[in-house]
Amino acid sequence: MNWFRRRGWEQRMDAEFRFHLESRTRDYIVQGLSPEEAARRASLEFGALELAKDECRDEKPAAWFDHLVRDLRYACRSLRKSPGFAAAAIVTLGLGIGANTAIFQLLDAVRLRTLPVPDPQSLVTVQLADRTGWRGSQTGGYAALTNPQWERLRDIQGVFSGVLAWGDNGFGLGTGDAAHVARGLFVSGNFFRVLGVRPLMGRIFSPEDDHRGCGLPGAVISYAFWQRELGGDPSVIGRKLTLNLQPVDVIGVTPVGFTGLEVGSSYDVAVPICSQAALWSEGNWLDEGTVWWLTVMGRLKPGQSLGRANAQLRVDSPALFQSTLPANYPAVNVKDYLKFKLAAAPAGTGVSGFREAYGQPLVLLLATSGFVLLIACANLANLILARATSREHEFALRMAIGASRSRLICQLMAENTLLAMAGAVAGVGLAAILTRILISMLQTQGDPLFLDLQPDLRMLVFTTGLAGLTCILFGLAPALRATRIGLSDALKSAGRSLSASRGGFELRRVLVVSQIALSLVLLVGALLFSGSLRKLLAVDAGFQRTGVLVSQVDFGRLNLPKNGRVDFKRDLLEKIRALPGVASAAEVVFLPLSGNSTTNAVWKEGAASDQKLNSNFGWFGEGYLKTMRMALLAGRDFTDRDDLSAARVAIVNQTFARQLGLGVNPVGARFIREATPSSPEQAFEVVGLVGDTKYYNLREDPQPIAFLSIDQTEPGSSAQIVIRSSVPLAETTSEVRRVLKQVSPAISADFQSFETEVRQGLLRERLMATLSGFFGLLAALISAVGLYGVMSYLVVRRTNEIGVRLALGAGRASIVTLILRQAGGLLVAGVLAGGIATLALARTVSSLLFGLKPYDTLTVVEAVLLLTVVTAVASYVPAYRAARIEPLAAIREE
Amino acid sequence: MSRHKENSAADAELLQGTLDMLILKVVALRPIHGYAIVQRIQQISRAALEIRQGSLYPALYRLENRGWLKAEWKTTEGGREAKFYSLTKTGRQQLAAETAGWKRLCEAISLVLEHVE
Repeated sequence: MNWFRRRGWEQRMDAEFRFHLESRTRDYIVQGLSPEEAARRASLEFGALELAKDECRDEKPAAWFDHLVRDLRYACRSLRKSPGFAAAAIVTLGLGIGANTAIFQLLDAVRLRTLPVPDPQSLVTVQLADRTGWRGSQTGGYAALTNPQWERLRDIQGVFSGVLAWGDNGFGLGTGDAAHVARGLFVSGNFFRVLGVRPLMGRIFSPEDDHRGCGLPGAVISYAFWQRELGGDPSVIGRKLTLNLQPVDVIGVTPVGFTGLEVGSSYDVAVPICSQAALWSEGNWLDEGTVWWLTVMGRLKPGQSLGRANAQLRVDSPALFQSTLPANYPAVNVKDYLKFKLAAAPAGTGVSGFREAYGQPLVLLLATSGFVLLIACANLANLILARATSREHEFALRMAIGASRSRLICQLMAENTLLAMAGAVAGVGLAAILTRILISMLQTQGDPLFLDLQPDLRMLVFTTGLAGLTCILFGLAPALRATRIGLSDALKSAGRSLSASRGGFELRRVLVVSQIALSLVLLVGALLFSGSLRKLLAVDAGFQRTGVLVSQVDFGRLNLPKNGRVDFKRDLLEKIRALPGVASAAEVVFLPLSGNSTTNAVWKEGAASDQKLNSNFGWFGEGYLKTMRMALLAGRDFTDRDDLSAARVAIVNQTFARQLGLGVNPVGARFIREATPSSPEQAFEVVGLVGDTKYYNLREDPQPIAFLSIDQTEPGSSAQIVIRSSVPLAETTSEVRRVLKQVSPAISADFQSFETEVRQGLLRERLMATLSGFFGLLAALISAVGLYGVMSYLVVRRTNEIGVRLALGAGRASIVTLILRQAGGLLVAGVLAGGIATLALARTVSSLLFGLKPYDTLTVVEAVLLLTVVTAVASYVPAYRAARIEPLAAIREE
Repeated sequence: MSRHKENSAADAELLQGTLDMLILKVVALRPIHGYAIVQRIQQISRAALEIRQGSLYPALYRLENRGWLKAEWKTTEGGREAKFYSLTKTGRQQLAAETAGWKRLCEAISLVLEHVE
């Protein structure tokens, strides 16, 4: 409201003053003076016109705005006069703010951003509240339900305004040489409707599309897929795709922002759940009551609370599970199944395995980059302090003739604000590049990362807030300091103001000490993470993972009958073993450290069945132990004779033998495995003993593992083969491809180095080690620069004193020691402060470490040593210069 | 905003607070422009009080900002455009308060001066 009075304000004030002078002039003319004399008298009488106008301007509505504009203009001018300083400041700020913004953007996309659908807050996942007595197999990492359970829930639920289900899968796209795997989704009929996703082109599925026996009614594709693989064809609706060798029509395209419900992933093609029967040649999961593969979500009714929904679900659960009890559910767990309850959990931000793995590391990285920014700000503060100190004269004079202290501080802060804004702009630009680099570090070959990195309000608020905070941090203290002195002090001191700037030196010392403290914290963190990584990589997994090629071979299209598959696979293996350079080859169901696992209860034959052990299971064929260089400690490997017609055999590891009480040599002992959904209770004879190996990840304690013969399971239409090769793996790959093609061109195969897969599993640790190392070193470097600056300043200040000392006979060495001692004092103070901070913060990272406690003394000592070296180097040059001072010149300098 | 106070060497040294009070009083009678205020105060005080014209207008603008005066551009009898000030309701209250305070101050000072020991 006040704002509108600003327009024309100056003119009105002028008019008023003019009116006053004219009136006075007239009165004088009436009294008989000449017009010129009257005017002169009138203006003399008025006094200082401009001064009066200026005082009036203070009362102008929103006068602060004029002050701001004036300050900013002045700040621009004064920054342009020191381009070096301005450049250094903007670069420092740009780097610091950029790094922080980049990591925040990632964090925001992974943890904070809600799904790009209407009203994401009302979305919830529906899953089991408690998994006691859960049996079966699960795909993917998220809590899931079976298809029979989903169908029942869909038909009877009244809790939600809508429910949906989805499961992901790879679809073979295309034929022949151009065939590759597309990221597919099986979705329920009203998946898109409940979410509120409208089609960009064509239509989306409706509940009528999803019924048993639907065949392949059509596919809905994502925008990215449409652009990438179909060239953005405007007449894409009705075009045919080949999925798993079947033709499917494209019926719709989803809009550009929608990439599915899993944060970090993006889908290509979606088909109804019922299409699984058509797409999968051998069996499907539509009637499987023990395959938990569908993620189920629902929308709360308007005004309904989560608690009410949960209560209703608990009431509906018994009926649902009663009616979906699978016939093959192990008898001993049937009562647990009937007691299952469904529960709802908020899902506004979707589900995400990436978030689980990287949520905490990203927060840590943000804290780390925040520390680096603080350290950089301390350097800036020192720089600005030096600049302000040299203008102390000017400030004192200005305050003496009437400037108020707060106005001067405002002016100085305007300068700092300009720097902060320029730094923020540079930072945002840099963040775009840094984010891309970070994403490329976070993806792995077969597992690209899709995140919505559009800048949004949160990021803007973050960047602005950060810029403002840094501005205050590095600008306010020097501004306060520089305007504090009295006029006489400033005018007296000519260059080296001993008394007046002593306060300035205090501030500098505090800044450097805090820089060293923060650097210590970051260095300790960096050393902890790289130490963890080193220890992880050095873990003896029990097998040799270098030089091993992994191949997924799919011979489904040959349509071999089940009883011919075992021979077919044996034949393939023989051919592969015959290749030059191949030392051994074998078939395995899943590899260690692959993220797959199977656990079942076992007990000693003859023992009471309640003395159970939960053991891990694996399956491999003859030659596996040789291929993986696992030590066979007793007994034998599997052979051709261990097939479906023979007695069931097992090879166990030492932990299994020990925990089940089978003695040092368990060969010949027998154990029983509980009934599973796919097989009844079974007895096994131990035929071999191997050493302990890692099963699920490198960090685990020794686990009991029982390996079963792969030929004693139902053969599928694909096989995973491991090949140990003494020649480069690329050669072996092409050789094996050739062999497979010779057998039949309808065989498809994928190849990957086992070592690479394991390394990719350690991506998180590698990332933390790399980035924290980078930040730690950067912090130490910036602190060194800061220390160098302070020590130089110190030497300049004490030039007189040093000259006197030298003149009185002190040796040059003692001068160096003098300076270094001061630096050492700062170092000690910083290390102490940093040590306390480390103790306080170390606990937060303990879950990410391996083999190292957060308070590891050796690591702390290493970090302190590193800092000491850096400090020594930084203070050496000033110390050297101090020793080179000419005593006479120093004393004479006044 | 802190400013250095200008010490006038005129007959009566007018502090900023009293100037405000006088202006409010003069404006209370009827809407009046700045020049006329100066004339008026001189006239009423029988030339004992002379307002530094350089401090009048800042005072007027300040009072307007505080909401005690409101201003309007009107035509004078002479046909020229001038800015006329008049008192607002809060201005009237402020005038009453300040007048009361001044009277109390005067009484107190008189008491001290007349005290014969």
